Amino acid sequence: MNCGVKLGNISLKSPLLPASGTFASGKEYSEFVDLNSLGAVVTKGVSAQPWSGNPMPRIAETASGMLNAIGLQNAGVEHFIQEDLPFLKQMKAKIIVNICGKTIEDYLQVVERLSSESVDFLEINISCPNIKEGGIAFGQNAQNIFEITSLIKKKAKQPIMIKLSPNVTDIKEMAKAAQEGGADAISLINTLTGTKIDIHQRKFVLANQTGGLSGPAIKPIALNMVYQAAQAVSIPLIGMGGIQSGEDAIEFLMAGATAVAVGTSLFRYPGIFQEILLAIQDYMRRYKVKNIKDIIGIL
Amino acid sequence: MHFPCLSFYQILAVFLRHIFVSYKKYPQYSSYLEILNNSKRKGENMSICSEKAIIYHQEKINEYYYSLWLITQVASTARAGQFISLYSKDKSRLLPRPLSICEIDREKQLICLIYRINGEGTKEFSHLQANDEIDILGPLGNGFPLQDKPALLIGGGAGIIPLWELAKSLPGEKILVQGYRSLAESIFPKEAWNPFVNESYVCTEDGSLGEKGNVLDVIRNKSLTAQVIYSCGPRPMLKAVKDYAESLSIPAWISLEEHMACGIGACLACVCKTKHKDKHSEVHYQRVCKEGPVFLAEEVDLS
Repeated sequence: MNCGVKLGNISLKSPLLPASGTFASGKEYSEFVDLNSLGAVVTKGVSAQPWSGNPMPRIAETASGMLNAIGLQNAGVEHFIQEDLPFLKQMKAKIIVNICGKTIEDYLQVVERLSSESVDFLEINISCPNIKEGGIAFGQNAQNIFEITSLIKKKAKQPIMIKLSPNVTDIKEMAKAAQEGGADAISLINTLTGTKIDIHQRKFVLANQTGGLSGPAIKPIALNMVYQAAQAVSIPLIGMGGIQSGEDAIEFLMAGATAVAVGTSLFRYPGIFQEILLAIQDYMRRYKVKNIKDIIGIL
Repeated sequence: MHFPCLSFYQILAVFLRHIFVSYKKYPQYSSYLEILNNSKRKGENMSICSEKAIIYHQEKINEYYYSLWLITQVASTARAGQFISLYSKDKSRLLPRPLSICEIDREKQLICLIYRINGEGTKEFSHLQANDEIDILGPLGNGFPLQDKPALLIGGGAGIIPLWELAKSLPGEKILVQGYRSLAESIFPKEAWNPFVNESYVCTEDGSLGEKGNVLDVIRNKSLTAQVIYSCGPRPMLKAVKDYAESLSIPAWISLEEHMACGIGACLACVCKTKHKDKHSEVHYQRVCKEGPVFLAEEVDLS
């Protein structure tokens, strides 16, 4: 039984990844998750300079989901290289670094700084709904996606994947723009913009007013968008959005995702990766699927 | 109110005093970093359990609060001021509920949590009965550093809960001041603390129990002093405690509360503003679940 998949030239031993932003740089969760069993570790967004993130409160629970407006708090690329990367390098798992920025120059600076580091893939976050400038501003227009992808692709030494926002009118156009810009893969979906009101205090729960909705509540939307994107492009897709079981993961694979990421469900149960992997293997045994590639994109 | 185990507590208090006299002493307060680096608070040798705990006992102790005893491995490593995440059985509630540890019985592997119903998650917990199981994660965060010097313990509302285990664990002289909105919302009677503290005071905003007023009124009226303060409670109270400690130039260890998601320092949902740049993030924020929930008051910005 083979669960390995390939993202371009990069081989992953498992199709399971953590979703960026929920896993920091892996150290905190390494007590509960065998990082070596993951397809790759996907880091939290890394920017050129340290970012403070948004004021508190930053999260709110909703029915089968949660809103977050962390605002990409991170210590910056230098700190990442000095403090986090050495830990990740000791692991067998591949390393995917998520990159965020407020301007194109910001993105390019991080991409260049990482060019000589042993990083396997760069995930370009052009879809964070929680910061005022940059982020999603690049990700809601096909022309912008094409331009930023082309510019980053020219500079990048590692393969790049573009992380798409679901907060768009037609996901197929966005996926095509990323492919035309030279992306090696696409990850989707980022969170959906939402809000929550405290009726007793008569104010918004999140200090940022809006946040990104994640969790099982968004799964049907994410699954449909992955399927739509799979019909529009030929590069590999990393599917995510509310995955909390082996069945969910298999649905995404069948819809056309080469690998899948788990985020919010990790907060519900830190042992979720092991549970999902076992469930996928059970499925493969039951239906005599020898290679996981045989179910990818079968719809 | 009903405390079936009071005599048991008294026996345990004598036993625990013996343990803690020989327990690793924290260095005299000189700097925040020194205490952190030299103490067991950094969590090396400590592992977090993700497990199914078994309910030993649950009871409603008054109109608002429930006391929940869990049989769990967490008891062997947990310390005063740490907390546990409890997971809802209902999968539509994704986030764990962080509850602070009230009491630890290492020998029997028991942890006591006291909580009130704040929403659907805690409402579900209130229906748990003996022998039921619940998914938990813990012990989480850094507890109170135990300093062997005259201490003032100040708890407001539910903030009194972690001070119970602290009062049992602290080796030196201690004075306890607890404040509540009213008698109906009180958790511990004044006398319950007698086995562990040298003096115990209680006050309520409406005067229905103990002195009328807040904890700072009691401290000022009775001219209570100490060389170290430990406190947990609502933000405005912690601000007043911080100011009071600064006026006396003594350290105050305060425990903060925040909405949390992962509980282990990965998601950055629960942060507080700090005076110094945090080494982890290079910004003026620290994680309440990881570096906290206990902080030195002068290090955090409560405004």
